[in-house]
Amino acid sequence: MNEIFGGYLPMILKGMVLTVEVALLSLLLALILGILAASARLYGGPISKTIAGVYTTVIRGIPDLVLMMLIFFGGQVLVNKVGDKFGWEYIDIDPFVAGILTIGFIFGAYMGETFRGAIMAVSKGEIEAGHAYGMTGFQVFTHITFPGMIRHAIPGFFNNWLVLVKTTALVSVIGLEDMVFNAKIAGDTLRQPFTFYMIVGALFLLITAVSDLGMKWLERRYKLGGH
Amino acid sequence: MDFSIVLDNLPLLFKGLGLTLQLLIISLVLGFILSIPLAIMAASKLKWARIPAKIFIYVFRGTPLLIQIFIIYYGFSQFEWLRESPLWIIFKEAYWCAIIAFALNTAAYTAEIFRGAFLQTPKGEIEAAVAYGMSRWDQYRHIIFPSAFRRSIPMYGNEVIFMLHATVLAGVITLVDLFGAAKILNSRYYAPFESFISVGLFYLTITFTIVFIFKLLEGHFLKHLKR
Repeated sequence: MNEIFGGYLPMILKGMVLTVEVALLSLLLALILGILAASARLYGGPISKTIAGVYTTVIRGIPDLVLMMLIFFGGQVLVNKVGDKFGWEYIDIDPFVAGILTIGFIFGAYMGETFRGAIMAVSKGEIEAGHAYGMTGFQVFTHITFPGMIRHAIPGFFNNWLVLVKTTALVSVIGLEDMVFNAKIAGDTLRQPFTFYMIVGALFLLITAVSDLGMKWLERRYKLGGH
Repeated sequence: MDFSIVLDNLPLLFKGLGLTLQLLIISLVLGFILSIPLAIMAASKLKWARIPAKIFIYVFRGTPLLIQIFIIYYGFSQFEWLRESPLWIIFKEAYWCAIIAFALNTAAYTAEIFRGAFLQTPKGEIEAAVAYGMSRWDQYRHIIFPSAFRRSIPMYGNEVIFMLHATVLAGVITLVDLFGAAKILNSRYYAPFESFISVGLFYLTITFTIVFIFKLLEGHFLKHLKR
């Protein structure tokens, strides 16, 4: 196996680990931002509503790579300017951090919309019933709104995750050594770009297939009494 | 920030805008044409028609567009027979490679939208068509297409915006579209904010225009669903 791919297979797999790391950390950031954005739009005052609204609209209107470049190169300029003022040493913006910030920031907007829809889909009657039983607002949220919301959010969440995984391929453009970047190096060195990009494509399909199993499990877990 | 850089280079940006719109429109048209037979095949009861279409859709939706474009532009050069064939005139050009990748990609997503819409056609309508003695093709032409295309308008609008954002990948393979223009500005003046914010605004404007056009289309074609 190693012979066939000129010993580059481990490098591709190492890149795959980085791809998965970037994807999971971005997902974590996206979940936090998504919950914040959804709560701001549903329960916030006029100011937080506007900020959340602008956030989701602007993010969804600008291509991901433009935002990534803005954060990567712009962040570098910003850090240098601040650094000059305080007399810091030169600081390099890490493509790993820039990639996660951008992807997390983008998918926070999509997650926000998914959660907002899911929270609105929890029936009013159930929430009223909770209050009628004398539950506190917090108890209503943890026992009724949240589990109900999860059930409605799973399909949208899963869809966002699949798009997010594919978006991680863009970090190779800002120089992060993910599996796409490593495939380019291996492909160029061995003059077999087709072979290596096909391998990486297949690995992306593998991630998708594994995620699919994960979603089936989640759906079963939260199906309690549904249809 | 010094936005005079942007003003001085407006011709470059507008040229980039021209290429972005050109790539978008050509690939959408080609992808749309390709998506209809694909969707009919994917919705078919015949295995030999359904399975290849489903595999095509699964692979193109499951892998990053960046990989697809790299396989076509960089990967295909691995094959000597292709480099020596007349087809090489097409595959050596980043422009045509971008269009091929975009068209195949949007064909897969659009086919999935149409497949869903075809299958949602009420059974009664098709039974009525059969009772009238319509052939399968007549059923599609007179019964299924008109209602399925209408139902698809909102989803197709999202796909058009997705494709607009995807065209930035042309800038990754050396073309000077809007994103490519921003990259040039950034490297020439080291001005990430000015370059990427200004093209971001371009993309935002096009996105809003597309949303507006699709709202008009929905108002016209989906009037019967409005309350």
